[in-house]
Amino acid sequence: MITYAFVLLAILAIASAIAMVMNKNTVNSALFLVLNMLSLAGLYLLLQAQFLAVIQILVYAGAIMVLFLFVIMLLNVDDEAQFLDKFRVKYFLAFLLGVVVFGQIIYTIGGVTDLLPEISPEMERVGTVEAVGDVLFTDYMLPFEMTAILLTAAVVGALMVAQYKIKRTDGIDE
Amino acid sequence: MIEIDWYLALSAVLFTTGLIGVLVRRNAIVLFMCIELMLNAVNLSLISFASYHGNTEGQILVFFALAVAAAEAVVGLAIIIAIFRNQLSVDITRVNLLRW
Repeated sequence: MITYAFVLLAILAIASAIAMVMNKNTVNSALFLVLNMLSLAGLYLLLQAQFLAVIQILVYAGAIMVLFLFVIMLLNVDDEAQFLDKFRVKYFLAFLLGVVVFGQIIYTIGGVTDLLPEISPEMERVGTVEAVGDVLFTDYMLPFEMTAILLTAAVVGALMVAQYKIKRTDGIDE
Repeated sequence: MIEIDWYLALSAVLFTTGLIGVLVRRNAIVLFMCIELMLNAVNLSLISFASYHGNTEGQILVFFALAVAAAEAVVGLAIIIAIFRNQLSVDITRVNLLRW
């Protein structure tokens, strides 16, 4: 049963990732990325990491992708008209580099087969909100607080960068 | 049961897809989404290692990676908006002011 679910979710994840890269329309790409993240959340559930599955849907598929869609609609981006219309050396080189990187990773994994055959039985209590929160608010309290500062700094920095008022080089302010 | 190798292989496939996307696409927003895809692939391998070892630390690391990814997305999209204001395009081949 778990094997079938894994195969289904893995095929969904890979197909949506490829569709995201190949799609000419930016909005469709973003929606395929949402699908990819939902299938990854399902895989986290199979790995018995319930807390992170929920966080994945809330933060990634919810917040970050809504931000992406907002920016796409705000900028009114055109489609990439000439994408994949004709063969280019650049595409071939990119594909070649991808194959090389993939081969490297698979070679590294392939050296250690039968490493960990089964999910650890401890995982049933490790993956819950209770267990993660327990560790997060005791051992990792300081990094957690620093994350808050990081997010605040990111928001302030984004406001600074995306400010409306810009100085042109010809001296005319908008 | 599924061995951990399959999760790692899936993670490798997703990472490679994102990498090829970064190299091939020219739209800055799609490029950004490909980077998010690569981050997600690494998160998947971290979580699979965490759960096959029965270890909470890996999940905590993924939690912090998620927070950093959110911050990175916010700042990156702000930069894309700033570029669009100046160039009226998000085509990264047209952002060549610093190119030699």
